Amino acid sequence: MSKLINGWEVVIGLEVHAQISTQSKLFSSSPTVFGADPNEQVSFYDVAMPGMLPVLNEEAVNQAIKTGFAINGTVNKMSQFDRKNYFYPDLPSGYQISQLFHPIVSNGYIDITDEDGNSKRINIERIHIEQDAGKSIHDLDKEHSYIDLNRAGIPLMEIVSKPDIRSSYEAMQYLKQLRMLLRYIGACACNMEQGNLRADANVSIHKLDTPFGNRAEIKNINSIKFLGDAIDYEIQRQIYEVESGKTIHQETRLFDSRTGETRTMRSKEDAADYRYFPDPDLKPVVLSDERINKIKSELPELPSVKKTRFVEQYKLTPADASILVEERKTADYYEKAVKASRMPEETSKLIANWLIGEVFAILNKENKEISDLAFPIEYIAELVDLIVDKTISGRIAKTVFANMNENGKHPKEIVEELDLAQITDPEIITKSAKEIIEQSPKQLEQYKSGKTQLFGYFVGQTMKALQGKGNPEVINSVLTKLLNN
Amino acid sequence: MEDLTIASTLKGLKNGDFTSKEITEDYLKKIEDNKDLNAYITVCSDIAIKMAEVADKKRANGETDSMLGVPIAVKDLFCTKGIKTTAASKILSEFVPEYESTVTQNLINHGAVFLGKTNMDEFAMGSSNVTSYFGPCFLPYRKQSAPDMPLVPGGSSGGSATAVASDLCVAATASDTGGSIRQPASFSGLVGIKPTYGLCSRYGMVAFASSLDQAGPLTKTVEDAAIMLNAMSSYDPKDSTSENVNIPDLRSVLGKSIKGMKIGLPKEYLENLNEDGINSINEAKRWLEDAGCEIVNISLKTTPYALPAYYIIAPAEASSNLARYDGVKYTYRSPSYSNLEELYVNSRSEGFGEEVQRRILTGTYVLSAGYYDAYYNKALKIQKMIKEDFNNNAFSKVDVLLTPTTPSTAFGMSEINNMSPIDMYLNDIFTVTVNIAGLPAMSVPCGLSSKDKLPMGVQLIANRFNETDIFKVAYVMEQAANFNDLKKEILRR
Repeated sequence: MSKLINGWEVVIGLEVHAQISTQSKLFSSSPTVFGADPNEQVSFYDVAMPGMLPVLNEEAVNQAIKTGFAINGTVNKMSQFDRKNYFYPDLPSGYQISQLFHPIVSNGYIDITDEDGNSKRINIERIHIEQDAGKSIHDLDKEHSYIDLNRAGIPLMEIVSKPDIRSSYEAMQYLKQLRMLLRYIGACACNMEQGNLRADANVSIHKLDTPFGNRAEIKNINSIKFLGDAIDYEIQRQIYEVESGKTIHQETRLFDSRTGETRTMRSKEDAADYRYFPDPDLKPVVLSDERINKIKSELPELPSVKKTRFVEQYKLTPADASILVEERKTADYYEKAVKASRMPEETSKLIANWLIGEVFAILNKENKEISDLAFPIEYIAELVDLIVDKTISGRIAKTVFANMNENGKHPKEIVEELDLAQITDPEIITKSAKEIIEQSPKQLEQYKSGKTQLFGYFVGQTMKALQGKGNPEVINSVLTKLLNN
Repeated sequence: MEDLTIASTLKGLKNGDFTSKEITEDYLKKIEDNKDLNAYITVCSDIAIKMAEVADKKRANGETDSMLGVPIAVKDLFCTKGIKTTAASKILSEFVPEYESTVTQNLINHGAVFLGKTNMDEFAMGSSNVTSYFGPCFLPYRKQSAPDMPLVPGGSSGGSATAVASDLCVAATASDTGGSIRQPASFSGLVGIKPTYGLCSRYGMVAFASSLDQAGPLTKTVEDAAIMLNAMSSYDPKDSTSENVNIPDLRSVLGKSIKGMKIGLPKEYLENLNEDGINSINEAKRWLEDAGCEIVNISLKTTPYALPAYYIIAPAEASSNLARYDGVKYTYRSPSYSNLEELYVNSRSEGFGEEVQRRILTGTYVLSAGYYDAYYNKALKIQKMIKEDFNNNAFSKVDVLLTPTTPSTAFGMSEINNMSPIDMYLNDIFTVTVNIAGLPAMSVPCGLSSKDKLPMGVQLIANRFNETDIFKVAYVMEQAANFNDLKKEILRR
């Protein structure tokens, strides 16, 4: 089903540039560490000195192959590097090495959930490997521009979707899914604030059953929120233009995150002729079956598969499973915790609830990673075990958890130290309940005369007398017996 | 010391007839005395003497090596650490690399002494050395019919050819994209081999057309070519197009019988030859027959398409390879610009010579949107056809091909002025095919032209990495031609 705005269908394709996680650059041995001083990570090759030649970083190729499998694509056994020629000071050789004619991956897809909760397939046309350019800095000096070539030659994957996306929501979901996948397989760190995941959005509008409209390409969007904002603005702009009788021209636009608007960068007429041709310094990349199969076999379980497994194996709701598989380390953490439990069959759901609830809350509040927690994985399993074996109540568990997070102590130790173990002995509870009933003749009379909602009063008072440690179920059954006799 | 070869230099050094330092100083003086030939762009006297001293010390310590103490010249296309490397262009006229090309590093490792960097056509684009920013260079020879007309050594390795032919070094490195080693070798009476593409590393060699460029030696004898090619070549992981192939000790195959070897004569190379050309091929044919070879007439029908394909592929790659010389970094920068575009345009317009600009424009044009398929893609298809043609119609039948190297002998400065760029390009007609096909080919001196007594070479072509057969055949021809005696008939300036 199409989402129409004023009768207009929105057509979006995304080109995502992901920095490939490698130690060194795509064609030189310069390091790729983020945040080095300007021009500290630059070799003779990176500056395009005469006679310097590219040597392909095979690790970057392996990462692209991995990504190809992760997006269900075809890994091409023969791909080739081409030169894209244009002049710019932060492009020292005067050409970017990319893959136009024979990309390394073709025809993949990612399934997303759209705003109506339906699953939707977004097809991916290709993934190609290319070099990043350097950085021009124009605002340090009035008369000069500065060039930083640390980024020049860093390996990127350009992941090009088909124009299958129909709303800003879908675009954001697609990018989220893609980011999750890339992080899962370790092909890209996906720190958008470091610029290692950037998106170009091709946006157009048309009426159903008519050809696609001219598209505007919005360049270099560096956050998922901005992607949504940029597309939303662009849709409104195009609809307004067309409905006021104007024509949309094919052009490149920039998104200004401060104003939330897009503006013209260059029109199609100004577009450069890149004069692509196969790079004669590099041989075609020919992949053996052996290499492809090895990488395929080493691929981790992908989130969609993991989610299905979590639902089946741990009896989780699809919603909870989705949350847990979003990051590989969270999913791993969850599984280790279940494994550490003394009764995994009974605790698996509760452990999920605890992770999604209490643990995530702490991580958010303290701005921590799951690996930074003060206590070992086994403790969260033990805590949930204590709930399930009725040693402590869920409420007391929160106190134990807070304590555990603060000083990293074992939950059992905390329960003993603070004497928090649940009171389940019916005799002790009956004794406390009897005292409460004796001290509350008025309430007892009202209860007896039919005001049964006062049952809760007796439960609360008994629990209070037991310092919150009474087992609620036992209290219930004891009071039912005492009050109804 | 007159006319030393690598072999005779090594012998003299070994016997203690002279030291490397002595002959190095001799050469430096001779270079100084013959400045008018303009063979060198940069002479690195201090470095040369230091290198010679090191070589002498090593030899005194009992070390030997294939080039130990041999003073050679280096084409100014090879980056040499700490020595100015200009590619004969204004745009690189002040460039001093901080790195050494693999070919020159190999030569250093084998003990060679560098006298300096030789003149050449700008960025190796030309067939007469007249496109050099540093001016033309001149052969020490004259035509009998025009003794006053200075002759050019051909190009683009003109300075290297002049330096070797004028005895301003023992041997020299050169490079060949469409004939730049073989044509000057033919004009200058030298041995020049363009090896199989991938045999010598291109790392640190200023690129003209990456898929065609190959380094090779220019020497006085076939034996020297064998010694020097062995020293220059290596598998180099820093060049992705370098091939991991070990060629044998080429010197060891010299003098081996070539009896029964099949020599192909492709008829397309013999059409429209002048009388001298026909005579030299016939003479070479006779020598080879005398040595027991079988001469086989063959046909390579794709031959006429090689030159047009070459003048599409080479400029296309050049237009991209030369984009890095933009006035922004280590190059010449125009003093007059008010914005980025002007900085580019002015620096490149002032920094590149006319021929280089012509090729950049040609290359840019053939790669442009809408023209790519009509030109570049078609040229790649022709390239494929030419390779197949060599495989199917030459090397399935014969071992080595015999062809002329050039359509003419050395020409004079005044004659160049009457030549159009296309006339000049036609100089490469017999040489470009092997670059297009990535094959090895050598020009060997075979005689003198009848009227003007100028050197003439013939070309030997073999299959990929079959340098061995070329050397075997060339050695036989060199013996038969007795060029050393013939050389005395050449009119000197």
